[in-house]
Amino acid sequence: MRNLINILDLSVEELDELIAVADDILEDPDKYREVCKSKILATLFYEPSTRTRLSFESAMLSLGGQVLGFSEASSSSAAKGESVADTIAIVSGYADIIAMRHPKEGAPLVAARHARVPIINAGDGGHYHPTQTLADLLTIHHEKGRFDHLTIGLCGDLKFGRTVHSLIEAMSRYEGVKFVLISPEELKLPSFVKQEYIKDKKIPYVQSTSLDEVIGTLDILYMTRVQKERFFNEEDYVRLKDSYILTTEKMKLAREDMIVMHPLPRVNEISTAVDDDPRACYFRQTYYGKLMRMALIMKLLDLKV
Amino acid sequence: MKIDAIKNGIVIDHIAAGCGMQLYNMLGLDKLDCSVAIIKNAPSLKMGKKDIIKIDSHFDVNLDIVSFVSPEATVNIIENEVCVEKRKTELPERLVNIIKCKNPRCITTVEQEITQEFVLTDRKKREYRCIYCDTKAEVNR
Repeated sequence: MRNLINILDLSVEELDELIAVADDILEDPDKYREVCKSKILATLFYEPSTRTRLSFESAMLSLGGQVLGFSEASSSSAAKGESVADTIAIVSGYADIIAMRHPKEGAPLVAARHARVPIINAGDGGHYHPTQTLADLLTIHHEKGRFDHLTIGLCGDLKFGRTVHSLIEAMSRYEGVKFVLISPEELKLPSFVKQEYIKDKKIPYVQSTSLDEVIGTLDILYMTRVQKERFFNEEDYVRLKDSYILTTEKMKLAREDMIVMHPLPRVNEISTAVDDDPRACYFRQTYYGKLMRMALIMKLLDLKV
Repeated sequence: MKIDAIKNGIVIDHIAAGCGMQLYNMLGLDKLDCSVAIIKNAPSLKMGKKDIIKIDSHFDVNLDIVSFVSPEATVNIIENEVCVEKRKTELPERLVNIIKCKNPRCITTVEQEITQEFVLTDRKKREYRCIYCDTKAEVNR
């Protein structure tokens, strides 16, 4: 049995396989309408999420399967003090596969150790969010046509932004990739992520506090939200939340073929006027996410058409 | 300073200077009834200064803890005042329930029943990370 806890649980070849299946689903969704007939996905969301949960549920429904679950800890037995291990042991008897989001880092790994069915990490605190990375990778594949020789700018909260860490891990495996890290001093990329996935692999990188100065060098601009829920201190959040706002003015400094990605939800870090720019692909990114989740569910359940 | 030789027991020698007390605490030596001596900053030809712990009874020393705190340390088993066995420690690949994760966002901080596990991620730097949240282990070495 396989789980997806960290994006590195999948080899480059397995990622290619998932992308090929997602491409095929995009081409002919009808072919996949009954692949998961009589299978059940449990979505255990201990932390609120609209996009990820709905994306998982839509993915399973589009494969002909069914879904059950909860969307916040207060509506589950966790509110009564039940451990993750116990919940998972029980839900393993109700579902064929589990997608889990938890505010505490490492909770999906605990779940994987007690589950009798595959576990998908749908986000654990500020740690990993591998299925967002799958969405990001399919977006890059479709919008840029390649994974190698790309200059990727990551902007905003690089400290707590788990999607940023996972994307760096995944993209650091491709040749000719360069990272541009754009953040305020307080939200810089954690040193271990930088060391392990950038410095140790001798990947060129630039660190900047100014988006304007570097935007013209990028093939991809990955924007992130400064997340209130990751701060223990309200004052720090208020001080940093408006650090970088992407406007149509800033977009004029960017290349014609640069793409703008965002894991969403956005608050105000991308002005809505940018939405009409063909280079803005964050809404398409969410659809790619659903396709990759469909491909992933099939892979973990070992189902083929 | 002179401390009597022990008859039957254990001598943990070549502990990095300053780590003796931490090792004493982590091995749970405070719970023993027998005599235990900690010698700090003893002169050493090889190390300049070292700490030594002498335990006046046989005690099942967790070598993983010794190695984690001070990889150069040796564990000597003494019988009838003679060293009958010298155990050299090796940096363990995994530390299970030896140290706790300090990351307040880690699942282990809210679910106390979970095994505390760290893996060796950098042998040269003697760096361990929590298997759940990847946080680096904090050690006062």
